[in-house]
Amino acid sequence: MALSGTSRVRRQLPTSPWLFAAPGLLVISAFVLYPFVSTVVNSFTDRRTLIPGRFVGLANFRELLHDDMFWTGLRNSTLYVLGVVPLLVVLPLLLALLVQKNIPGIAFFRSAFYTPVVASIVVVGLIWVWLLDERGLVNSLLETVGVGRVGFLSDQWLLLLSAMAVTVWKGLGYYMIIYLAALGNVPRELHEAAAVDGAGAVRRFLTVTVPAVRSTMVLVGALSSVAAFKVFSEVYLLAGPSGGPAGEDTTLVMLVQRTGTGLSGRVGYASALSVVVFVVTVALMLLVLRADRKEDA
Amino acid sequence: MSVLEKTRAPEQPPRAAREPRITDEHGRRVRVWELALRYVLLLAVLALTIGPFLWQLSTSLKGPTEDIYSSPPTFLPGDPTLHNYARVADTIPVWDYALNSLKVATANVVTNCVGAALAGYALARLRYRGRRAATLAFILAMLVPVEGIIIAQFTTMRDLGLNNTLIGVVLPGCIGAMNVLLMRNAFLNLPYEIEEAAFVDGANVWQRFLRIALPSVKGTLAVVAIFAFMGAWDDFLWPLIVLSDPSKFTLTIGLNYLHGTFANDERLVAAGTIIAVAPLIALFACLQRYFFRGVGEGAVKG
Repeated sequence: MALSGTSRVRRQLPTSPWLFAAPGLLVISAFVLYPFVSTVVNSFTDRRTLIPGRFVGLANFRELLHDDMFWTGLRNSTLYVLGVVPLLVVLPLLLALLVQKNIPGIAFFRSAFYTPVVASIVVVGLIWVWLLDERGLVNSLLETVGVGRVGFLSDQWLLLLSAMAVTVWKGLGYYMIIYLAALGNVPRELHEAAAVDGAGAVRRFLTVTVPAVRSTMVLVGALSSVAAFKVFSEVYLLAGPSGGPAGEDTTLVMLVQRTGTGLSGRVGYASALSVVVFVVTVALMLLVLRADRKEDA
Repeated sequence: MSVLEKTRAPEQPPRAAREPRITDEHGRRVRVWELALRYVLLLAVLALTIGPFLWQLSTSLKGPTEDIYSSPPTFLPGDPTLHNYARVADTIPVWDYALNSLKVATANVVTNCVGAALAGYALARLRYRGRRAATLAFILAMLVPVEGIIIAQFTTMRDLGLNNTLIGVVLPGCIGAMNVLLMRNAFLNLPYEIEEAAFVDGANVWQRFLRIALPSVKGTLAVVAIFAFMGAWDDFLWPLIVLSDPSKFTLTIGLNYLHGTFANDERLVAAGTIIAVAPLIALFACLQRYFFRGVGEGAVKG
C-alpha cells in the first residue's frame, strides 16, 4: 500500500522527465552547444592553448584576409564542393537504378557497393595512397596499356582530384541506398505511360525518374556539399599532414586542425577559421534549398 | 520498339516456364539482353568497389621476396604468407590499439543507446515545461558541424584534464543529438494507447519505458548501436586531435602513424589496414539490413 502510494507520488514529480533528458542535454550542452558558443567568442580573442587570451575585436578576421594559406584552404574546399557534389548527386542515382531490379544476386551487389562506406576513411585513404602510388596498381596498369606512369600524389592538382575521387568512391554506396528508397516510391504507371508513348530509356530517366526523385537529389546535394566543404581526412591522408607540395592542397578544416591544436595552438585564430566554416556550411545549405524552391515555382 | 516487343511476346511464355522467371520490382519480366548488360555493369562496378580492398589484401599477403611493383601487376600472391601481420605487431602495438578502438566503440554504443533512448522517450512521451526547448536544443546540436567546433572541444577537454585519454575520445559524441531525435521519432510512431492503458493500470514511468516502449523500438535501437560502433571505430579527426601519447592510440590513429613512419613498406601498411577493416566488414556482413535502415532514417533526419 505504501509502495503504490509512493509510486503515485513519484509519477507526479516534475523532476522525472528531466531525469530522462538530463544525460543527453548535459552532453550536448557541454560538448556541442558550449563549444559552439566558445568558438564564436574565441574568434574575437588571441587565445592560445596555454595562454588565456584577450579580446582583440576583428583582428583575427582581418588577419584572415591577408593570410595566403586561408585563401588556399578556402579555394581547395570550394573546389572540392564543385568537383564532388555533381558526381555524388548523379552517379549514385545511376547506381541505384542499376541495383533496383530484383535480379538474382542483387543483394550481394548492393552490399558489395556499400562496403567502402563501412570502412574507416583512414583505411580507404591508405588503400588509395598505395593504389595511386608512383609504383602502385593504377600506374602499373597504365604502363601496361602504354599510357605511362602518372604522378597522382606528387602534383598539386592531381592530388586534389585524386582525393575527390576517393571521396566519391567512398560515398557512392551511401547515397545509392538513399536513392534506392526514393526510387521505390516512383509510381510504376508513370514509367508505363511513358513507355507506351514511345519514350526510350534515357528519355524516361529524364522525364519520369529525375522529376520523381528531385527532392532526394536536393537532399543528396545538400548533404554532400556540406560534407565536401568540410573535407579533412582524404586530403590529409593523400597529401600528408602539411597538405601536399608547399601546402597547396591544404583544405580549410586541415588549416583549422593545424593552427588550433597542440601546445602552441592559436585557438583564437583557428576559431575565426571555424566561424568561416560555419558560415559557408549554412550558406551552402540555404543555397541548395533555395535552388530547390526556385525550381518549384 | 513496341513492334519488336509484340513480335517477341509469343515466345516468352514457354521460356519463362523453363527458366526461373526473372522479374523487376513490379513483377514484370526482364529481357535477356538487358539482363546481360546489367550483369556486365554490375561486375564492372563490383571490380571498382571491392577490387581495391582485394588488392590491399593481396599486397598484405605477399612475402618480402615477391615483387609488389611488377608491371603488368600480379594480382594473386605467389606464396601467401602472414609474415606481414606479425611484422605489424612487432612495429606498433597493434593489438593494444585494436583493444583501445574496441573500448571506445563499445563505450560509445552503451552511452548512445542508453542516453538516446532515455532522452528520446522524454522528448516523445513525457509532459513537462520546457520540452519544446529541449527538443530544439537537440535539433540545434545536430546542425552544428563537428569540424567547426573541434578546437573548442579540444580546449574543453584540456580544461577537464581529459585530453590524451580514451574517455576524452568518447565524451563529445557519447550521446549524439541525431540518435536522440531518431529515438524520439521511433517512440512517437508507437501507438500511445498501450502506454495509456499501462498508465491507468498504475505502471510508473520507468515501467512504461522499460517494459512497453523500449521493446517496441528495438530496431531503431539496433541502428543507433551499429552506427555508434561504426562511427567510433572509424573516427579519425577527433582522436587525432585529442590523443598525443602513442600508447593511447586507437587503430585509425595507429594506422596513420604506421603510414607516416613506414610509408615505403607497403606490405606492412596493407596488413595494418586489413586488421583495421576486417572487423567492420564482418559486422556489416552479419547486420546488413540495420546498416541500410540506418542510412534511410539518418537521411530523413539529416
